Amino acid sequence: MSSGTPASKGTVRILQLYPRDMNIYGDWGNVLVLKQRLAWHGYDAVILEHNAGDTFPGDADILIGGGGQDSGQVVIQQDLQSNAAHLRALAGDGTPMLAICGLYQLFGNFFKTQDGTVIPGIGILDIETHGGSERLIGNVVARSEEFGDIHGYENHSGQTFLGPTVRPLATVTKGEGNNSKEDHEGARHLNIVASYLHGSMLPKNPAVADFLIREAVTRKYGSFEPGDVDDTLADLARRHAASRPR
Amino acid sequence: MSGLSFVSVPLGKTVRALSRLRGGGSAFPGLVVERIDPGFMARALRNLPKGIIVVSGTNGKTTTTKMVVELLEGQGLKVFTNRTGSNFTRGVAAALLGEVDWRGRLSADVAVLELDEAHAVHFVNLVPPTHCLLLNVLRDQLDRFGEIDKTTRLLEHIAVKTTGTVVLNREDPRVASIAPSVRNAAVAYFGLAESLRDTFPSDDDLRGATGTAPASSLPADVVLETVVSNTATFRMDGEASTVDLTLRGVYNIFNAAAALAMARVILGGEAKRDAMLRSLAAVEPAFGRGESLVVDGLPLELVLVKNPSGFRLGLKSFDAVGYATMIAINDNYADGRDMSWLWDVDFDSLRTGGVEMVSGVRAYDMALRLQYDDVAAQAVEPDTGSALRTFIRSAKDRPKRIFCTYTAMLAIRRDLSKITDVKVVS
Repeated sequence: MSSGTPASKGTVRILQLYPRDMNIYGDWGNVLVLKQRLAWHGYDAVILEHNAGDTFPGDADILIGGGGQDSGQVVIQQDLQSNAAHLRALAGDGTPMLAICGLYQLFGNFFKTQDGTVIPGIGILDIETHGGSERLIGNVVARSEEFGDIHGYENHSGQTFLGPTVRPLATVTKGEGNNSKEDHEGARHLNIVASYLHGSMLPKNPAVADFLIREAVTRKYGSFEPGDVDDTLADLARRHAASRPR
Repeated sequence: MSGLSFVSVPLGKTVRALSRLRGGGSAFPGLVVERIDPGFMARALRNLPKGIIVVSGTNGKTTTTKMVVELLEGQGLKVFTNRTGSNFTRGVAAALLGEVDWRGRLSADVAVLELDEAHAVHFVNLVPPTHCLLLNVLRDQLDRFGEIDKTTRLLEHIAVKTTGTVVLNREDPRVASIAPSVRNAAVAYFGLAESLRDTFPSDDDLRGATGTAPASSLPADVVLETVVSNTATFRMDGEASTVDLTLRGVYNIFNAAAALAMARVILGGEAKRDAMLRSLAAVEPAFGRGESLVVDGLPLELVLVKNPSGFRLGLKSFDAVGYATMIAINDNYADGRDMSWLWDVDFDSLRTGGVEMVSGVRAYDMALRLQYDDVAAQAVEPDTGSALRTFIRSAKDRPKRIFCTYTAMLAIRRDLSKITDVKVVS
């Protein structure tokens, strides 16, 4: 939000995974928030895209992927598997990633659909997802020690269960989250934030956006110098969202 | 069978008269007759000489239905239709009760019925349509249906039950995908010239980067070729016709191609093209859909927005220059609870002039969205009543435009009716 154009503190490359098939729940908003907050913090942002069949860009600093139709997951399946080793290496190396909804499920070990078909994931997250008959839809508030309250909207029929090597992103105080049995929402592992919440997630949860930015910049430039960002509207939107019915 | 009419129709009509006396124009009488006499609608509608047309899709149903009705009336047909706000089965039944005689007979040539995509399934199971017009599958219903692919299946069910002709939007990949399921009816299409494809992004085209599906190669009965302001050129039978429309908004103009295609199916060789174009030119916007009112001697336009495609097209259709802009976003059930789609609308066109007032239950979400597109918002006031008063006062000397979700539109319209003439649609 600074005036004038001070010298850039550096450039961060944001890679959006599968925007063509996995961008149905406002996922673009998360990319835009990273781009704008980087600018407000004094950094340049470059947005890259990877769709099924493209050559995977080799030099991304933040990876971000969203939700799609069940049919979209089928379309990207093969491409995702062929890039799985590379994505696992990036994750292991500490690349910050945001995986929402469909990509969250596919970052896990598998997604077993209701009819018993097992769709393999890429195993970055120790989670498994089981197709359910009930669809979990509505506003969500979940408490995270790391990021404070997280606000969003969920719309999924997959029920996700966490294995021992990932921890939940947050504890649900309104809504369902990962599944209808436990009060966990999302997963945290390495520098990955994974969640069922869209809404979009990052605009109303700037703490999560700034975590991804801080990790990316620190990895690339050794340190992160935040700018002065005005989050008044985000705070008001958060307060209001908490009062909305499911 | 018809013996039941002697009981249900008079009873339904009585309930209707009583509920009107009480000041309601509700669908309740329709519910009553539906419960006691489920065959009522099918009996009343089945013998119409030109059949039963169902208009459905996620967006543009109301205005398109109005266009089809006026096109057919312009050719001398007597048309039965359900009016705004009653696009559920019981709404159709309630509208029928107002039109049938005491024995349940309807005097009309054709019925043109707007049906909500979910309730249409129930309706077509009771009353198979002879024709259907399927407009689009957009994203504003995700909190009801979970997936837009599921919405497609609902429209497909309408098409499968249709016995005469199914008219499809060839540019919407989900609507076009319905064609192979149609076994008992003919299929016709309406579409766009290639040069207009990127003006009408489908949900698959919506993301930050540009990208548009290739033009469809399916044969279309009516093609919208050019749009310049309110002037549109349609190609039919290899001939281009240009018409100046009263309706504004490019989405309405594309739906005019849909209405023309449907009317041509009904009229066949009897269609009089010049008269059809004259009817189309005269169609006025339906309730809240690009209505232009007058406040302080200057226009105030209401633009209904329900999903990212519609909002994008609204911003594209209505030039912001010279206008004071207000945006009101509610997230009540009828609006859809999920507001994430606001992030798929690009608000760049408002950057120069800024937004005078942001309102509605989700005012702060909207203001936050504008902040991320570097659009200045002068004021944020969740209460639409006081927001409207402030907006009208502060923009006194300028024409005004309000983009609003459905329930925000209802509230704003109610408040506006206290200060200006707002047309009442029964």
